[in-house]
Amino acid sequence: MANDTIRMTAAQIARAVNAGEMSASDATGAALAHIDEVDDRVGSFLTRLHDLARAQAKRVDDRVRAGERLPLAGVPVAVKDNMCLTGTRTTCGSKILENWISPYTATAVQRIIDAGGIPVGKANMDEFAMGSSCENSALGVTRNPYDLRRVPGGSSGGSAAAVAAYEAAIGLGSDTGGSIREPGAFCNIIGFKPTYGRVSRYGLIAFASSLDQIGPLTRTVEDAALAYEAIAGHDPMDSTSIDRPVEPVSHALREDLKGLRIGIVKEFVTEKLGEEIDALYQQAYDELRDLGAELVEVSLPTADYGLATYYLIAPAECSSNLARFDGVRYGLRVDGDDVGQMYERTRAAGFGQEVKRRILIGTYALSSGYYDAYYVKAQKARTMFANDFKRAFERCDLIASPAASSPAFEFNAKSDPYSMYMMDYYTIPMSLAGLPALSVPCGWVSGMPMGLQLAAPLFEEANLLSAAHAYEQGTKHAQKVPVAL
Amino acid sequence: MSIDIKYVAKLARIALTDDEVVRFGEQLGNLLDHVNVLSELDTAAVPATAQVVESRNVEREDVPRDCLDREAVLSMAPQRQGAFFRVPRIIAEEG
Repeated sequence: MANDTIRMTAAQIARAVNAGEMSASDATGAALAHIDEVDDRVGSFLTRLHDLARAQAKRVDDRVRAGERLPLAGVPVAVKDNMCLTGTRTTCGSKILENWISPYTATAVQRIIDAGGIPVGKANMDEFAMGSSCENSALGVTRNPYDLRRVPGGSSGGSAAAVAAYEAAIGLGSDTGGSIREPGAFCNIIGFKPTYGRVSRYGLIAFASSLDQIGPLTRTVEDAALAYEAIAGHDPMDSTSIDRPVEPVSHALREDLKGLRIGIVKEFVTEKLGEEIDALYQQAYDELRDLGAELVEVSLPTADYGLATYYLIAPAECSSNLARFDGVRYGLRVDGDDVGQMYERTRAAGFGQEVKRRILIGTYALSSGYYDAYYVKAQKARTMFANDFKRAFERCDLIASPAASSPAFEFNAKSDPYSMYMMDYYTIPMSLAGLPALSVPCGWVSGMPMGLQLAAPLFEEANLLSAAHAYEQGTKHAQKVPVAL
Repeated sequence: MSIDIKYVAKLARIALTDDEVVRFGEQLGNLLDHVNVLSELDTAAVPATAQVVESRNVEREDVPRDCLDREAVLSMAPQRQGAFFRVPRIIAEEG
């Protein structure tokens, strides 16, 4: 019984709880018991929220008994540990915030709670969301549920692993250059990054503010749509959140791709990823065609400049955002003889290698004499990406590509920082242009799952999710159970 | 490419060990070699991105709203004194 409960999708749980066939408390209890059973091995969570989850489940049961119908009634949710939730530890996977307790709740998390969702734990992540494997967490190791010797991807690796290991039906993640889509691909689930500004960033600890976007990781596209409907929409607390209605999508997901033109990017040459991976993506594109889509070739002439552009803009913004961690108001402090020494010692002890690396590169790119050559140049390149996509979307409705350059790799496989950065080659262009994009499972290479990335023009989440649903239902790649459990 | 990593670390307020100076100096030099490919792009006629989605200036009525409770915020402080954050001395004594 409990085993069946944890396997339920968010849509199934909400339906059962709203119909009075199951209580939110039972759904939550099953998830918590399962977390206790598997998480010592998987390591999805930095903090388990058993008491808070049970209390929230009771409130949901009361609301349902009182006649409310809640779109996420009783659905267990893993919250990435860069999102605030009052009274819980929010660490960003960093020593500098190891013992910091959120004094308020992020809007996206509050909306999940208002919709009846149950936060069951705070999920591990690469420190300050900088990384593609979760190995940069200073506070814990998360393993891929499909092979415990491999990484879950990152930076939202804990949220992805939790969903893949059935510890939660929804994972909240954040995506700056691929941090939802790549772990989604690595863990055989859906990873969905909405348009920049669709979901409030209030209460999300900032990495690169012009790129950061919250989104869901789920086992089905329908669940991604449900979670998206719950968290999206304008929030006066985030002045960059978009004041524009959110089109409902979860009840209008299509079953085929007839009439859709899907662009395949000429510059994304999958041959260089190796024979097996190339064959897999050619098969995925064929599947899109078999489901009724018309495939057209499109060009993103700037594609090869994505990493360079991103690794100036994101570090520049992070060097500015992370200046707030200075030992004065919260978090770690290492004392010094004067305030300057205190700052330098605190940040030396509190930040890990990757975070220091990015702060240094960003500081350099913004420093006097280099600002125009690096930061402004990168912001101009960014405009070229937006223009590339505008032209491409004149010829197609969606763009399909790999979500990551390889399947999940083993721990310590990427010792050179740049080889890790290469993992996000396919996801960064969409981030630079602010586009909605997702990863949907598309098959297996060397026994590990791979993801197909679909991207849409700004604000066309409904079309994007709908097409992903047709692909998911038409191929059933997603339906394989993790061997590691 | 080589950069003065100690100067950059000073600007970033991060104390580096000798090992880190060598390692980061090398790694950041490599990364700059990678990002220098941007110089191949002709951006003379391209405006810099200010925002990726159209947005307008956001205004609201200038009325006080609830904010975080002072005690809750101060309770997070590494060191406090009454209603203040306490820090090491800022101005050095004249010697």
